[in-house]
Amino acid sequence: MTEFKVPELGENVASGDVAKVLVSVGDTVKKEQPVIELETDKATIEVPSSVSGVVKEIKVKKGDKVSVGAVIFTVDDGGAAGNGAGKAAAPPPPAAAPAEAKPEPKPEPRPEPKAEAKPEPKAEAKVVSMPPRQPVEAPAAPAAATPAAATPAAPAPSNLMPAAASPAVRRLAREIGVDINAVVGSGPAGRISQEDVKEHARRILSSVGSAGAPAAGGLAARASRPMPDFAKWGEVQREAWSNIRRVTSEHLSYSWNTVPHVTQFDKADVTALEELRKKYKDQVVKAGGNLTVTSMLVKILATAIQKFPQFNASIDPDRGEIVYKKYVNIGVAADTDRGLLVPVIKDAGRKNITQISVELQELAAKARDRKLTVEEMSGGSMSLSNLGGIGGTYFTPIINWPEVAILGVSRGATEPVWKDGQFVPRQTLPLSLSYDHRLIDGADAIRFLRWVVEAIEQPFLLSLIG
Amino acid sequence: MAQTTQIAVLGAGPGGYAAAFYAADLGMQVTLIDEEKNPGGVCLYRGCIPSKALLHVAKVVDEATHASKWGVTYGAPSIDVDKLRAYKQGVVDKLTAGVGSVAKLRKVNFVQGRATLTGPTSLTVKTAAGEEEIQFQHLILAVGSSPTKIPSLSLDSPRMMDSTSALDLPDVPKSLLVIGGGYIGLELGTVYATLGSKVSVVEMTGGLLPGADRDLVQPLEKRLKTLFAAIMVNTKVVKVAEEKNGIRVTFEGDVAEKEQLFDRVLVSIGRRPNSKVPGLEKTRVKVDAKGFIETDPQRRTAEPSIFAIGDVAGEPMLAHKASHEARVAVEAIAGHKAVFEPQAIPAVVFTDPEIAWCGLTETQAKEQNVDVEVAKFPWGALSRAITVDRPDGLTKLVLEKSTGRVLGVGISGSGAGELIAEGVLAIEMGASAEDLKMVIHPHPTLSESVMESAEVFFGQSTHVYKPKKK
Repeated sequence: MTEFKVPELGENVASGDVAKVLVSVGDTVKKEQPVIELETDKATIEVPSSVSGVVKEIKVKKGDKVSVGAVIFTVDDGGAAGNGAGKAAAPPPPAAAPAEAKPEPKPEPRPEPKAEAKPEPKAEAKVVSMPPRQPVEAPAAPAAATPAAATPAAPAPSNLMPAAASPAVRRLAREIGVDINAVVGSGPAGRISQEDVKEHARRILSSVGSAGAPAAGGLAARASRPMPDFAKWGEVQREAWSNIRRVTSEHLSYSWNTVPHVTQFDKADVTALEELRKKYKDQVVKAGGNLTVTSMLVKILATAIQKFPQFNASIDPDRGEIVYKKYVNIGVAADTDRGLLVPVIKDAGRKNITQISVELQELAAKARDRKLTVEEMSGGSMSLSNLGGIGGTYFTPIINWPEVAILGVSRGATEPVWKDGQFVPRQTLPLSLSYDHRLIDGADAIRFLRWVVEAIEQPFLLSLIG
Repeated sequence: MAQTTQIAVLGAGPGGYAAAFYAADLGMQVTLIDEEKNPGGVCLYRGCIPSKALLHVAKVVDEATHASKWGVTYGAPSIDVDKLRAYKQGVVDKLTAGVGSVAKLRKVNFVQGRATLTGPTSLTVKTAAGEEEIQFQHLILAVGSSPTKIPSLSLDSPRMMDSTSALDLPDVPKSLLVIGGGYIGLELGTVYATLGSKVSVVEMTGGLLPGADRDLVQPLEKRLKTLFAAIMVNTKVVKVAEEKNGIRVTFEGDVAEKEQLFDRVLVSIGRRPNSKVPGLEKTRVKVDAKGFIETDPQRRTAEPSIFAIGDVAGEPMLAHKASHEARVAVEAIAGHKAVFEPQAIPAVVFTDPEIAWCGLTETQAKEQNVDVEVAKFPWGALSRAITVDRPDGLTKLVLEKSTGRVLGVGISGSGAGELIAEGVLAIEMGASAEDLKMVIHPHPTLSESVMESAEVFFGQSTHVYKPKKK
């Protein structure tokens, strides 16, 4: 008997929802055969078996939340027939893997909507283990403030004693969204009074106010407003928020709230580029890709951010540093039936347009088939969002934080352009560049965008000066 | 036409009826569903209440016997089992009828029958009159627990009992084997032994009442050694077989006689949550590996309209924990930010002497490396205990060393169950030894032991000379 457990899924991915179980009891599985589909925060991962044998018992079902290390099924590897391969091939015990599925409190929007609760280990106070208290030196630290969530969690365990606070004081803290374990008690033996809780809350509020960053997670920032009863006006249907939608929402809200966005527009003449594209299209098809405006723009952006390194950077406000990246990876936003995904073309600076086209084709197929891994969606330098296939003139894309810029592309058109004393029909492409004004000034941004436009208009420049 | 209700509560034990009543008090429309005629659940019908009625009788018998030491001799008791059973039943009937009438006064709709969930907001109840459909906005599952059954001890014989059948008091057997040295086995073993049975206890681990501090168990163990015929620890029952004259039990472990014959056998090896609620699979409610329904700190399950409280929602399986969870769940439904975060849940073993504790035990403090100081006050120095000739007791405080804050309280002795409440209050209020020491306690009472043990922490106890080490 060998157990097959959830293997390491990727960086920062500890769990997922079982989207599909691809085997049934009695099936013979081989190594590398896909056995379940896991929907993680960003990707649906097809998990291949690391064991072979006859499936004896399946321990998960569709919809279950499973963590790395949780048993998916057991196989009968035929006792003696098992040459130890099953065991040897079992995934290495991941260092941080919990032995059993961690119950994560699912935030439920009923009866009142609320900010997303961080998945915390369920802290259930029992006779046996008292939830001990967190050492907090600086009560004003924003981290000490528990966002006002509808489902307040019990204090998280650490190594110290639980807060010395009476039930009534605990209730007050909960009601106003203060973590009782973060409050310093002024009474004998560190006892916490109602006044201590209020004082703590006042300090949090003033520190949030003075920091001027409501998005930092202060008390007021995340309180959501009550929803009206929509059913009053007609029939409504409620559906669960999918993982991808939820993560997209959090991610974009964070970026929008954190990054001062400016969007700069320009228009490029793509007549010459289009001619080249048509000319070499078939050659790229033969290589297994599609020569598209997107693939050419990936190459152009990859070259441009090497010229303008502040576009390949991130801000680390905690350390007061700018992180300049020596790698060149371009994210490409993809519209899938499940929502927005951004696969990343790694090392795009060193790849030619044919290679990029082929890779884009592969990533797009994976995105559609829900097979993109988290790795394939991480580590971007700058992103590209091409909505031109659908339409639009200009738009204001949101930066894919911690990146600092994103290029939006809208629908190209044939327009009259004044050239050499007359109007001539030219194909133009509207471009929208959003950038993080904390790092990039308007002049730099337009210099960057002009460079991109010129590279589009005179593709030869890519080779000449790129 | 289906009935509709704001809150449906499934199971009318101390969790369920507390939830129903509190919800009604908050102005909600409540339907309470149970298979019994009246609310009460295991606690009132087959647990805490009938066992305490019988233990009271046992205590009276025991005191009457001991009175000869004080110059008053009654002679051997004559026990009328039918009358005793009727007394116990009278207590149960009185309390359950009382709870039933309080339900009516609160206009709680009590439905007697067996429920099946049909979705996240609906269920059907099979009643004597037929099937009833109930639509609810919220459901509180308070379906409790049942005695654990294991196959090797399953024998279809009237001689085999669990706690439920033992409380029915079928007779006073000549010999009784209690399997399991936990509180249920020891309480019922005490009853039967006092009524005249030769009681033997077998426990798999190394001591009685696993989990409790040994110095608290010790006075009880000493007394039980005289009351019981045998206490076999580190011993396992491997086989039970019925014979003409009784149940032949085969043991394995630290016991000389590997096979013994008993008139009756009581299996009290624990309780299992009743999480196999019919129709539960039609909801998103999740059940963990141990069979408990998974909940968040508000006692909300993975199905947002459904809450779970009491034994079915996790350890410790105690009535007072369930009643407290009931209030948390109802407040959560009412939109308050209540969570279940008690600092201490008292545990009481109603043997004689009683054992009670709450908060951090000394054993846990050691395991968790908490820097504590334990202050003990032996009842041999407690005037009230001497006046009732029961100096076999101990009160101890587990205190945070640096501050003297009360983290745990343990009491062993006659009346410990009543005394522990002060310990729970002290822990919940964040009181320190200094606070306890400076509160005037009435003399002469057993409660003085709480104050005096706090004085021991400072090396200043009036009745125990134990100067503080410098």
